[in-house]
Amino acid sequence: MTSHVDGNALAGPLSELFSADMTCASCRCASCGDVADLAEAMVYQKPNTYIVRCHRCGAMLLTIIQGSHRTRLELSGVAALSVPRPGT
Amino acid sequence: MTGDWTVGTVTAIAPQTPTSRSIDLEVPGWPGNLAGQHLDLRLTAPDGYTATRSYSIATAGAGTRVQLAVDRLPDGEVSPYLVDELIVGDQLEVRGPLGGWFVWRPPADDRSPAEPVQLIGGGSGIVPLMAMARAHAAVASTVPFRLLYSVRAPEDVFFAAELAELARSPHFDIDWVYTRTAPEGWSGSPGRVTRERLAEAVVPAALDPAVFVCGPTGFVETVADLLVELGHPAARVKTERFGGA
Repeated sequence: MTSHVDGNALAGPLSELFSADMTCASCRCASCGDVADLAEAMVYQKPNTYIVRCHRCGAMLLTIIQGSHRTRLELSGVAALSVPRPGT
Repeated sequence: MTGDWTVGTVTAIAPQTPTSRSIDLEVPGWPGNLAGQHLDLRLTAPDGYTATRSYSIATAGAGTRVQLAVDRLPDGEVSPYLVDELIVGDQLEVRGPLGGWFVWRPPADDRSPAEPVQLIGGGSGIVPLMAMARAHAAVASTVPFRLLYSVRAPEDVFFAAELAELARSPHFDIDWVYTRTAPEGWSGSPGRVTRERLAEAVVPAALDPAVFVCGPTGFVETVADLLVELGHPAARVKTERFGGA
């Protein structure tokens, strides 16, 4: 496993699931309470899998697993997401 | 919508450095993009195996032409194909534009506050910053722009001729860091970016610049930490890491 990238890299995979640009969503970490834009999170990529960690405490925020026919989104460490409304 | 894949056609290819080249794509239906956005590119093998990667877009604005610039990663799965094999006329699957966070928007009008902008790029991390510099020039913006560009050696500079042209503007300055080999006549000595170099070559924190940092993860982390030490609020420093060394 090499070094991580930023949450910016989630824009494509999350565009399959949400109509809003989720990298501009602010995300509250359930572990440490830090609130940051998802673009700032640490993303560890493996084939068909994105593991997303809090940039402050390193706790798991969410995981995206892309199967052949289904995408699984695990939000195990997200306390809240705040998403800009369209046109604002 | 952006979640959908579409097919673009390669219209031009140009070498940028010994290990990289720019790739122009014509993408029917492309809605235009903001400076700093990226796209996802998907390659599919005959057996159905797919590999998807994100690439920053070096262009900005309306139109259906986008330009990428890709550096060959020695153990890469996608970049060697794009740098060594791809030819004009080939088709590629892409989706985008993607990401609304690492972007620069020109001020809406002359009365908008014109916060200075500091771009800091390492290697091919110049690509989204190039889109911002081009957008800045395209609207003849007077927003102060400053670029600090870190490369191993002079031959590793992407968009060298165009950057030299952009730097003729009174509103766009370029400073350099050469990590291994400096050009003849260069006053400094080669080496990685330091706190002292950042202090002298970056818009001071007192002017509250919007800072965009893009490059390999190690470079970005070093620079972002040093900027905070120099007084830049972390919220003013936007980063885009692309992994690697």
